Amino acid sequence: MNAPAHPAQVLAGSVAAGPVLAVDGLSRAFSGSKVLDGLSFVVPAGQATALIGANGSGKSTLLKCLIRLGGEPDAGRIQMLGCDVRALPPRDLRRFRARVGMVWQRHNLVPRLSALSNVTHGVQARLSGPRSWFQALAPAEVRAEAMACLDRVGLADRAMARVDGLSGGQQQRVAIARMLMQRPEFILADEPDASLDPQTGQEVMALLLGLVRQDGLSLLVISHRLEHTLAFSDRILGLAQGRIALDLPTAQANEPGLRRFFDHGVAA
Amino acid sequence: MTAAVAPTRFRRRSLAEYTGLVLVLALVVSSLAATAPSLDKIGRGVARLFAPSGLVMQMFPPDFSRIVPIGWKLLETLQMAVAGCALGLVFALPFAILATDRLSPHPLIRTAARALIALFRTVPDLVWAIVFIIVVGLGPAAGVLAIMVDKIGFAGRFFAEAMEETDPGPQDALRAIGASRLGLIVSAVIPASLPSFTATSLFALEKSVRGSAALGLVGAGGIGVDLKVAFDLFNYDEALAIILMMLALVIAVEQGSGWIRRKLI
Ligand SMILES: Nc1ncnc2c1ncn2[C@@H]1O[C@H](COP(=O)(O)OP(=O)(O)O)[C@@H](O)[C@H]1O
Ligand SMILES: [Mg+2]
Repeated sequence: MNAPAHPAQVLAGSVAAGPVLAVDGLSRAFSGSKVLDGLSFVVPAGQATALIGANGSGKSTLLKCLIRLGGEPDAGRIQMLGCDVRALPPRDLRRFRARVGMVWQRHNLVPRLSALSNVTHGVQARLSGPRSWFQALAPAEVRAEAMACLDRVGLADRAMARVDGLSGGQQQRVAIARMLMQRPEFILADEPDASLDPQTGQEVMALLLGLVRQDGLSLLVISHRLEHTLAFSDRILGLAQGRIALDLPTAQANEPGLRRFFDHGVAA
Repeated sequence: MTAAVAPTRFRRRSLAEYTGLVLVLALVVSSLAATAPSLDKIGRGVARLFAPSGLVMQMFPPDFSRIVPIGWKLLETLQMAVAGCALGLVFALPFAILATDRLSPHPLIRTAARALIALFRTVPDLVWAIVFIIVVGLGPAAGVLAIMVDKIGFAGRFFAEAMEETDPGPQDALRAIGASRLGLIVSAVIPASLPSFTATSLFALEKSVRGSAALGLVGAGGIGVDLKVAFDLFNYDEALAIILMMLALVIAVEQGSGWIRRKLI
């Protein structure tokens, strides 16, 4: 199945606009072996799109390629948030990255700093200099916004706790708060539930879906848990052999077929 | 069941290995022959040391009659160490940042920074002191500059290593946010490296105090010059007093910094 030419559809109660991301012929090889082999797909705005695929199929590589992190793609076009991503000069690339929120498999917070300082770092998307480095130096309105972001993820009472003392689920929520502080328009999440226990992982996925439903953000999320993919997405993309081998609304997905895809990368 | 036979005591070695061994032995023996004192020379020297008019007898008892002026010079020595070390640590940080793979703006700049740090570290501080005496004249200022340069070499290297060893995850995350290089360094790299920076800084202070006591020997300020004068005037009992006070200072600083290190880490 290939990406539909007009993906703008009304799905799961959310009103979809044009695509927030359109990828065409994207390729990426590591020392000769092609991980992404000319793949194309579209991500509709205002929806939660899940990306699935077997281990090592290149999902993380794809996500990083989209914001040109970890090396440049070898070929292809990436149209995201109205930008031709591969053509951006360094300065514009920084400004573009600021508009895209990234949630990682590991939380990637700065250890030894407080939750509030880590969330404050999100303001570096639009503010540089000492006032963006630590919560203690931040202007009052930045601190207030950071507190609001922490409150959104339910951690306002742990603002001054060192992040290396928080639980895994709390750390992932602080990372989401930092991402919110960025005021992103599009969220890329790479297995945000992978290192968490099932209950906590589900809470984190629900939090991300809430940002789509309540705040109208667009989401592309990699998940390695079948039940999360089914429960927290509007659309499912499947990656296999460097190409998009699966592209369908979640409502039309059948569980055994998805299970086969998760395990063997075989289309449903 | 056959009894297990023990292997030969020594592994068979190749001709190349034997040749290498012979060469190393030849190097050691020839070096000893060229430079080491003969046994009877050492024997006569030790006998002279302990003779009734010898160095050891003249050193005892130590003469503390000039303890007040010596104490002031000791304070100057400590001040040189603290000032030189502080300046060195401040400048070591930018040098270290430029010398890391991840944070340096350009490979050429990184190579240059590494070369400078290696130069600062390799040339002994006494040589730096002589250089700075030519630049700023005799006195503690030359000593402070020598300690500073020595510390840029010492701390620059360890600061850079500490920053290379930090987890790249948080840095990638901030880069993905669109943070500037400076923002990345100050808000992600330095907080993560802080425990290592502190340990390095304390070692640098200990090294500075030990080093500053000797700088006076070449005229770069501090107590070393008093020691040299005492020896030159054959005031061996006062020399011993100075050595003991230097020892006390070094031990005090090492104990203090060891205590802080245990508290922090
Ligand atoms: N920086 C890299 N250098 C070399 N090979 C890489 C690199 N990153 C990923 N790969 C390879 O690309 C393939 C896909 O990796 P990845 O994108 O992490 O897969 P996934 O996230 O789907 O599990 C793997 O075979 C991996 O070994
Ligand atoms: Mg992955």
